[in-house]
Formats: sequence, structure tokens, C-alpha cells
Amino acid sequence: MADLQLDILEKLDKDGEIKSSLQTFPNINPQVILSALNSLKAHGKVDYSKHDKIRYSLTKEGEEIVAKGSHEIRLLHLVEKFGKLQIKEVMTQMGADGKVGQARAFKNGWISKNKENELTLSEKISSSSDVADETKDLLLKVKDDKLDGIDDKVLNDLKKRKLVAPIKETSFNIVKGSDFSTDLTKPETDLTAEMVSTGSYKDLKFKPYNFNSEGIIPESGALHPLSKIREEFRQIFFSMGFTEMPSNQYVETGFWNFDTLYVPQQHPARDLQDTFYIKDPAQSDLPEDKEYIENIKAVHEDGKYESIGYRYNWKPVESQKLVLRTHTTAISAAMLKELAKDPKPVRLFSIDRVFRNEAVDATHLAEFHQVEGVLADFNITLGDLIQFMESFFAKMGVTGLRFKPTYNPYTEPSMEIFSWHEGLGKWVEIGNSGMFRPEMLEPMGLPKDLRVLGWGLSLERPTMIKYGVQNIRELLGHKVSLDFIENNPAARLDEDLYD
Amino acid sequence: MPTVSVNKQELFDLLGKNYETKEFDELCFEFGIELDEDTTEEALKLNEEPQLKIEIGANRYDLLCIEGIAQALNEFLGRNEAPVYKLSEPTTKLIIDKSVEQVRSYAAAAILRNITFTPENYQSFIALQDKLHSNLCRNRTLVAIGTHDLDTVEGPFHYRGIPPKDIKFVPLNQTREFRGDELIEFYKQPEQKNNIGRFVHIIEDSPVYPVISDAKGTVCSLPPLINSEHSKISLNTKNVLIECTATDKTKLDIVINQMVAMFSRYCENEFVIEPLEIVSEFNNQSRTTPNCASKMMSVSVDYINSCLGLKQEPSDICKCLSKMALQASPDSKDHGAIQVAIPITRPDILHPCDIMEDAAIGYGYNKLPKGEKLSNANFVAAPLPINRVSDIFRIASSQASWLEVLPLTLCSHDENFKYLRVEDDGTKAVKLANPKTLEYQVVRTSLLPGLLKTVKENRKHSLPIKVFETGDVVFKNAELERKAFNERHWGAVYVGKTSGFEIIQGLLGKIMQTFRTPWISDFGKSSSTRGYWIEQDESQATFFPGRGAKVMFRQKEGQPAKQIGYLGVIHPEVMNNFDVPFAGSYVELNAEVFL
Repeated sequence: MADLQLDILEKLDKDGEIKSSLQTFPNINPQVILSALNSLKAHGKVDYSKHDKIRYSLTKEGEEIVAKGSHEIRLLHLVEKFGKLQIKEVMTQMGADGKVGQARAFKNGWISKNKENELTLSEKISSSSDVADETKDLLLKVKDDKLDGIDDKVLNDLKKRKLVAPIKETSFNIVKGSDFSTDLTKPETDLTAEMVSTGSYKDLKFKPYNFNSEGIIPESGALHPLSKIREEFRQIFFSMGFTEMPSNQYVETGFWNFDTLYVPQQHPARDLQDTFYIKDPAQSDLPEDKEYIENIKAVHEDGKYESIGYRYNWKPVESQKLVLRTHTTAISAAMLKELAKDPKPVRLFSIDRVFRNEAVDATHLAEFHQVEGVLADFNITLGDLIQFMESFFAKMGVTGLRFKPTYNPYTEPSMEIFSWHEGLGKWVEIGNSGMFRPEMLEPMGLPKDLRVLGWGLSLERPTMIKYGVQNIRELLGHKVSLDFIENNPAARLDEDLYD
Repeated sequence: MPTVSVNKQELFDLLGKNYETKEFDELCFEFGIELDEDTTEEALKLNEEPQLKIEIGANRYDLLCIEGIAQALNEFLGRNEAPVYKLSEPTTKLIIDKSVEQVRSYAAAAILRNITFTPENYQSFIALQDKLHSNLCRNRTLVAIGTHDLDTVEGPFHYRGIPPKDIKFVPLNQTREFRGDELIEFYKQPEQKNNIGRFVHIIEDSPVYPVISDAKGTVCSLPPLINSEHSKISLNTKNVLIECTATDKTKLDIVINQMVAMFSRYCENEFVIEPLEIVSEFNNQSRTTPNCASKMMSVSVDYINSCLGLKQEPSDICKCLSKMALQASPDSKDHGAIQVAIPITRPDILHPCDIMEDAAIGYGYNKLPKGEKLSNANFVAAPLPINRVSDIFRIASSQASWLEVLPLTLCSHDENFKYLRVEDDGTKAVKLANPKTLEYQVVRTSLLPGLLKTVKENRKHSLPIKVFETGDVVFKNAELERKAFNERHWGAVYVGKTSGFEIIQGLLGKIMQTFRTPWISDFGKSSSTRGYWIEQDESQATFFPGRGAKVMFRQKEGQPAKQIGYLGVIHPEVMNNFDVPFAGSYVELNAEVFL
């Protein structure tokens, strides 16, 4: 192969052009020539054009005719020799060829048949020297590739008689390429370990790399986009000194999910429409701390701790209903109750699942994640909460907050947190916050001056806004696309996507 | 949060200003309600009057109608003072019979004299009753309101429990007389299902139904279902009797107070209400209703200032509160306190913290001085230990080229049991009482259903599909206060043209190596150190026979080994149950053993 390439280049160097590869390299298969040319062309050494031609070669039978004469002329000679020839003798003398010769000799009007079934020379000719062997002459011309003047019909007739066979001949016209040289060193596509260890790379040429390409993407695993955002939030909490709460408790009691948070027993949030109740197990216990239960009952029923209360009959049976927690605040309440044993400033957070018995649509799922922060400190103010929220959200690149009064059953004051969203061109609610009500904290035994700030947001909403996800089901749950998970970039809450 | 629809022009007339949308939005924002929608554009096309849809706090029953919203905003803007509600002398009585005790114990009533209805305020009067019924009254279970043309009936009025068959009257919007039991059947018909039919259950099973009737025995209403046609009010009604019946006394007072507070403004004597004497001897609830007196609450000035980070004088705080319908003055007895009068419109105020919040809103949340007290310096953060273990699982699995997915925790009973070829013996799974769909019947006890559902949805993804989850499953436990507990699990599935069992086995090895737990050959016998091995286990019907195994773990030298999970080739029936037309293998571990 390399030899042929070199031969081509040297011939070109000498002659300037190879008009027909078939003539120059008659014994080399055109496919071999083509592959040598392609390789040379890829390196700019040559250019070529391809030419196809049909040639005819003689079959074995054709060659025999050229050597011995056509069947008809041989039959004629036979008849001439014997004067008269029994037809049955034709086969004996000439085999199968005799029959063909007999038919064509009749057709040419060279012989005739008498009553005794004997062949004789026809009246038209007296000797075989009177006729020409046209078939042989034709075949000779074909053999010498002198096809000019031979009718296609005649050629086709020869083909039909299986005397000639067509051959496709491919020939190349070769000229010098833009990078013509007789040097055959092939550039390397890649550096190999061998080149490095032997030092051979120093003498090698390297093929230019096509940088206008993407490369080969590695096969890899991936974390879920939502859990990546969750991790961003966790890191923000950690950076501000928050400890993660044991939020791994989905089943809650009405007591912890509602009563402790000062949500009265007829509150709409406790409706079957909004909350998943549990039928098995059927009923919960109440906490062992009887004083706490009495305090809760008192503050709901008649009021206590300066509160006038909701003034209704508080029923333990409502508290003992089991639910899937509707918020992680149920866990915060249990943590704050623990804090009452040794009241001191604390910072707690959780990011975990909550459950709502809602109709599922593009923005609502029965399950989602709540991000919740709880901060307890002595005599802190609403201004501290505002400042803290600004620091918290600034860590994810959200600044210029506004605070709107709102209502939550267990915080007072309550503030919705809004930020200007450049992409949507409007103020959007990004979270909810407040100071926990004394009716929630004091029954636990926490001192009055230990104030507790709480705030929360959903994990899905900022993720959907950030990454333009329109349908929450494409983010959480089994309908998420694995391609989305595989191709999702790193989550960086502080990254501004609207620049 | 309830949404109230009000006529835009009417509201702006009441506020004395035609607001630009943005400016009105701003006003709502500072006050703490939300302009949800302005229908101006749509209304222009339909040739209707533009409405504003305003979202209000769920505890502000005084904002459920245009009268209340305008009044509150006018006070907030300083344009108006809070009205003072006055009672005239009662002229009649409502006598409550002990017989109501078994069905609906409480009642209250009031009269609005010489009221002038217009089409607008009449509609608002009806709409407020609807809003109260669906919100505070919890669909009439707690309280039901009836309104009557006083001039068609005659006091004293009676509230009694009467056997259904003894009740006869023409109900509102009907042309014939019904007996009590007939009426119940009538409202149980399908066409009433979304109307009065919704309330039938409240009294249906009671031996007596509650009835309000007048001195002559004319039925006024059958609460909580329907008023009588006889006493119905119209635009021309001059004197209105409002009666409320209830199972909850506190809410009864709130409801009747809201009704009279909102509509006494249309009486000839503005904000004057005629009360009724309620005679309710059987339960010692005799009194005069409504009680329009403000409640007094003394609140410490220091408390408010300390919570808000302000140093306001008592008089400044009083000014802020007056914007929120609260008349306050420095306490004459206690120098450091203010006396706050809480009007009947503000039953949401339960505690001084509610006054403190109103002082903040009156001052302006966004004008409050920002605190500088909180420093991050004194707090040491810590992750929840199980979440740290989870993170190790998650990172190792993704590094091993698995994709993390987050399926839901809730699933159908079949997905958690039958589809996995597992019998429910009733000891493990928590079951929901009121799911809206079959998708949510149980809390999962295995991560496999969610993983296979995810694979099903991604069947067109290139094979093999390798996904994992680190998440919580929930088990029942009768010993616990909450009767159930979460357990953190890790599960990984391989789905492809072949089962890939060895690959899943290898992933398990990789994970165990990450947790410093070597494989021990000869099923744990070749060494007595910490380590793991797997043993064939035919007890898991989820796996193909002969291809299921349990994962055994010895935590420390000398400790007994325990099962911490299982792995195997997923049974073809399981794959088919989840519509996954491939072969697969699965491993699941209890992550908590690595705590």
C-alpha cells in the first residue's frame, strides 16, 4: 500500500500527470488504487478523477472460435470433406457445437439437406473458400478492443451467444494536489504512551485537531437538580450557624401538627380537604408531659398567658388523630418544647417533605419540600427578623426585599417576603416569616423574653423559577426525565441567570 | 386565604380616589391584603363593571365585604375613624327552648331598623352571609345566619327543637308547603347536591330539627338549611331581623357582630343596632344580643417597643393603632401601658402580640429600623447525622454512574404490595384515610415502587437505566407516641437487556467499601472482623427464584451479623406489573446502620 502510494507520487513527480491509472498500473486492482488515492488526497498530496468504461472480453467458447474458426465454418469444412454427411453424424463429429454450426450454416445458406437426410454444400457455393467466417472476424475485433463500427445489436447478439462478456474498467486520472510532495510520512492523530516513552514524538508530525467539535461526553451519574438546590440551602444555613433538625418523621399527631402551633380544632387547615389523615394506625398517644397538654387545652379553651383564647371545647380526640405532617413546623414545635428544658439562643433548620391533600396540577403536588428556619434569641425584634432575612436571601443573590403583613395561625407578627424578579418583571413572594405566638411558646415553658423567629419557603418554587421548570411533576416524582437529571448544571443559587 | 370580589369604581368612590392599579397595589401591600386581579381589561370587552379581586387574611372576617374593606383602608389612610356601634333599646325577645340542646344549642339575634337597601348593598348583604357561611361558619356547621323582613313577622320569637313531621312551612323560593322530613328528602335530591344538599347532614339524624318561629307560630327558618318564603327580605325591606343559630357560642357572637357592624351603616340611625333579649334559661345563656361593646386590653409600651425595635412614645403607638381600627390611649392607671379598645370588627385580636403586630403595620413594616443584634458568630452548625450518611450514599452512587431520582413517598397499595408480589400482613405500612386519588393510599415501605415507576416513565432512555434514591420509608410501631417512624433507606436499580445482577452486586460492594466495610468470603466465615456478605434468600418473592439474597453486616469484630438489606434479580412479573419491558436487578439497604 505504502509502496503504491510512493509509486504514484514518483510517477506524478516525473510525468506531472497520470492520465490513466489502468495503463500505468495495469495489474493493480482499481479498489487498491482508490484507497491509496483517498489516503493521499486526505493529506492534500493528489487530486484525481474517476472514469468508468465498459470493455468486452471473449468467453472460453469465443476464444475457441478465434483459434479454430466458428462452428458453422467448421461444419462447412466437414461437409465439404465428406461431400455428403448424415445429419446424425454431425453430433458424432462435432459434439454439441455441431448443432449450433448446422443451424447457423443453414441460416447463412451455406448448406442444404437432401431426401436421405444428408447435408451437402448448397447450390450457392462450390467451396468453403467462397465464404468468410464473420463470427471469427468479429470476435477478433472484440479481442483487440477495436469496437468502432460494430453495432450494439451485434455486440448484444455475441453476448447472448455467450461468446463475449462485458467488463467494467475503472481508471483514474491523477494530478498533483495542493500539498504535493513525494514524502510519505503520515501525520499522527494522537500522542501515544509509546511516543512519550520512546521520545518518538519529536520526529513525528501531528494532524491538526478539529477544535470546532464537542468532544466525547463521559458516561456519568448525577445528583437530582432539586437535591442540588437543597444542598445550596443547607450550606447557607450552615454558614449562618444553623443546626439541622431531625425532620425524619412524616407521621404526626394532630397535637404536634396543629394544637401546639395554636391552630384551633375547627381551623380549615385541619379539614379533610387539606390534610391527609391516617386510618391505620388509628390513633396516637398524647405526649407524656401532662402539664403541657393542660397548658395547650387552657390556652385554646379559655385563654392563658395574656391571651383570651379561642373559647371552644378543646377535645383530646382531635389531637390524637394521626396525619401526614402538613408542615415541618410540627418538628420545630417539638424541638422548641425540648428547648424549654434549657432555654437559650438556638438556630435550627430543616429541609424535608410535607404533605397536602391537594388536587395535583402544574404547581401543586401532594408532596413537596419545605425549607424552614427557626431562630430563638432573647429580646430580638421584628427589625432583627427583617435584617436576618435580608442576609439570608442575599446569600442566594436575592436583594431588595419587601415585607408584607400577612396571617399565619402561629406567628404574630407575620410577614410575607417579596423580591423583585427580573425575569418575570414583577414582585414575587419568596417566603413567609414571623415571630412565633406567645400562645405557642409559653405553654412549652419557654421564658417570655426568648423570642422565636420562624420562616419558610418551598424548595420547589425557587427551583422552578430559577430553571424555568413549568410543571412541578417534571421536577419531583417519578415523571421526571432522566435526561433532565443527567444534563442539569451545577446548582448555584447566587448565580444570576438574567444578566 | 379567602378572596373577595368588589366593584372597582364603588370601592374607589368609598376611598375618595381613583387609584392607579400600581398605587392601589402598593396600598394593599402595606396594609396586608393582596390585589389578586383587576378585571378592567376583561370587563371592557364584556361590557361589565370592572371588579377587583382582593385576597384577605383568613382571620379578618371584617374584610369579607366591600363595606369592611373600604372602612379598614380609610382608617389605614387616616381618612376615617373607626365607627362607634351603639345599641338602642330592645323591643322584643328570642326565647330559646331546651329542646334545641340536642341539635343546635345557641342562638342570637339583632334588628336593623329603617335600613335603605340599594341593588349594590343588598347584593353585598347576601354575599357576606355566603362568605361567612363558607369560612368562619365552616359550611354552616358552627353557625348559620337567617335574615327576615321584620314587618312580616311578630315578636317575641321562639327557637325550638321540633320533630320533623311536626314542622310545616313554605321554604324560600318554593311555592308549596313542606313537612320537615319531606324537606330533607327534597334537599337530598341530586340537583340540590351542590346547594342546600351540602348542609342536610348537619341535622338529618337529629330527632328534632331547629326552628325559629314568631309569636304566631309562623316558621321563620329551619336552620342551618333554609329561611321561609313568608319572611323573605327584598330590596324594599325596611326592617331586618338577623338571627343566628350555632353549635359554637364564640363564633356565634363573631358572626352576628360582623353582620351588624357591616350593615348598620345603612340604617337611618347610622351604626345603631336594635338588640334582642335572648331568653335561654336552660343553659344560663340569657343575655342581650348583640354585644357591641369594645373589649379592652392593656398592653405594655415596652413590650411593643421591644418587639419592634422602636422607642415610640405611647401616643405615637396609639396613632399607629388608630390606623388599624384600634382606639388606644395611654393607660391612666399603668404608666407604662396603653389601653386598647378592640371593636367588634376585630375578633382576631387574642393577645397583646396581635396589638403589637398592628402597631407594626400602622408604623409600616418596610419603615422599621433594621436590627443589628443578630450575629452568626456564636453558633456552631451541624448537619443531622442521618443526612450526613445519606450524602455519603448519594455521592458514592452518583460517582458510580447512577442517577439520583426523587419519587414520591406516597403510593398505591398495589404498588407497595401486590405489584412487588408481597402480601400485606397489616403490620408495616401506614394507610391514609382520605386520599383524593388511588395514587396515594399508603406510605411506602420500600423504595422499589418509586424507582420502577421512574424507569417506566423513562423507558425510552438509552439502556441500561441506572437510578437510585436515598429516602425515607415509614413503618408502623405501636410503642411510639406517633405510632410510626421514618427509616432512611438507599435503593438502586439496574434495568437493561440483561438483569445486571453482578453489576448491582458490584455497586453494593462499592457502597460498602465507601462505608469501610470489606466483603468477607465464605459467607462471613473467613474472617471475624467488620464486613459484609450476601446469602441466598428465597423469602423475597419480589426476586426471581434462586436469584434473591440478603445482605448481612457485621459491624464490629465479634458482634453477631444482622441483615441490613436485600438484593436480587427482579422477578419478571414485577417488571411487567410496572410496565417495564426489560430485565433488572435491585439492591436496598437500611442506611441507618451506618449512623
